[in-house]
This record gives sequence, structure tokens and C-alpha cells, in this order.
Amino acid sequence: MTVIRVRKDPQRLTLTVEAEFDASVERIWQLWADPRQLERWWGPPTYPATFTKHDLAPGSRIEYHMTGPAGDQPHGYWDVLDVDPPRRIVLRGGCAYADGTLTTEIPISTIRVGIEEIAQGRTRMSIENVFPSTGAMEKILAMGTEEGQRQAVSQADAILAEETIQR
Amino acid sequence: MVVSVTIAPPDFDRVFAALADHTRRDIVRRAISAEEGVVELAGHYPMSFAAVQKHVAVLERAGLITKQRIGRRRVVRTNLDALLVARRLLEKYEGLWRARIDRMNRLIVETAGAVDTVETKERKR
Repeated sequence: MTVIRVRKDPQRLTLTVEAEFDASVERIWQLWADPRQLERWWGPPTYPATFTKHDLAPGSRIEYHMTGPAGDQPHGYWDVLDVDPPRRIVLRGGCAYADGTLTTEIPISTIRVGIEEIAQGRTRMSIENVFPSTGAMEKILAMGTEEGQRQAVSQADAILAEETIQR
Repeated sequence: MVVSVTIAPPDFDRVFAALADHTRRDIVRRAISAEEGVVELAGHYPMSFAAVQKHVAVLERAGLITKQRIGRRRVVRTNLDALLVARRLLEKYEGLWRARIDRMNRLIVETAGAVDTVETKERKR
């Protein structure tokens, strides 16, 4: 079973997600290192992702696009800042125009992936997302937003709860 | 084409900064019922009236609260819309990753199954 912990830090614009898998470190690493596997989880079924350039090496740029139900194709890229196989990846993601030209003026977010064994055949992956601004957050959400939209936001309590806000 | 930005009020960063403080969150919570003015609110905290007034001003600039005239009184009222927008943004991003982790897990289970099947077949031979 996958256990997920989520930490939200609105002040630092950071969201950390932790998941545990019944799989080896190497298996989890492959989810990121193999573009064909990445394509199977990065985008939702309604916005599948296609990685056109993928080399998980420091200094390289990974390029992908997503294809929406109406044929729309938002493009994105990651600059690979740091890699330590099979446990660490640091990426800086951004948006691109449909013709592939990068909109380099807005780096969208930094993603830090950590993979560690916590028991035999059990691996924890943590993903830290740091956004430069809420505007950037919205932009990334606008890409393939069909997924994960939990609409019912009727109570103000949750955002006011200490866990939601604290460091 | 640039991906369109949908939810952005201009002072979004202010909303998050305003909510990052314990006292201000408490003020926002109390002001949902819109019964108290700044003076009454100040009575709840072990700090000067001026300090509470400052917190209220930060919240007001972020659009999280407004001061409203009810009869002869001015009460502080929470702007629930602003609050919900902030929460929605973080929730959406969380949902995005939860869905991704579900898909990762499915992929792992599927491929493990595939390997098992191959192994079983080989053993049967």
C-alpha cells in the first residue's frame, strides 16, 4: 500500500509529498529514468505526456508535451540540475510555447526527488516542489488540470488548521 | 500559445504571507462570524491594541478580511472567497501528485505482475 504524507508550506510556497512503495529503490528510480515509464504516470489519462527528449544527466534539458482531449498540447521542459542515481534528482521545470520555444523568463518550479530504502523491498520517495510565486503554481496547474481537481472546497476550516499552515 | 492563467488575483502572494502567522490565522477564524470590531478582537490576544491593528491591516491588504459597518459599529469580516482560492491552489497541486503516485503504484504493480507471469511460465516449462 502506498502511504502518502503531504506537507504544505504556503509561506515558502513549498509542497512536499512522501510516498512509500513495495518496490526496490532501483524500481522507483526507473519511474523517472525511463521516459516510457514517465509517460505512464506524469500526465493523467486525459492529458497523456510524451517525452521527446530525455536524458537524466546534469546540464541536460528534458522536453515533453501533453496532449489534451481537444488536441491542445501544452509543452514543458525540465533542466536537470543534479542527479545521483538511484537516489536523487533535482529538476527545474518550465513552460514552453506550442512551437517548442521556451518561455525561459518564468522558471516554474524546482522539484527535488529523494529515493531511499526504508526496509527490504520497501522504498520511500519524497518529492519537494518549490514555486517561485503563486503565479507559477497556477501556471503549472493550468497544464493538464483535468486531474486531481477536488472541487468541494466548502469549508474554510482546513486552511485555517495549524497543520495546513505551519512550517 | 501561453498556457492561460486562471485563478490569479494580483495579491496572491500576500494571501499566503498573511496566513503564515498564527495570530492572523486566528483573527481570520474569529472574523468568519463577523461579530467583532478591532477593539473586541484585540481583547483576545496578549499584545497591544496597536499590534493587533497591524495584523488586521496585513489581512486587509491581502483581501482576507474587510471592515464592515453594521449600524454604528464597524466589524471585521473574513472574505471567504480569498481564503478558498488560496486553499484551492495548494489542494489542486496536492491532488496532482496524489494522482501521479496512484499511477506510479499501478505501473509498479502491473510490471511486477508481468515479470511474475514470465517467471511462472518459465518454471512451468
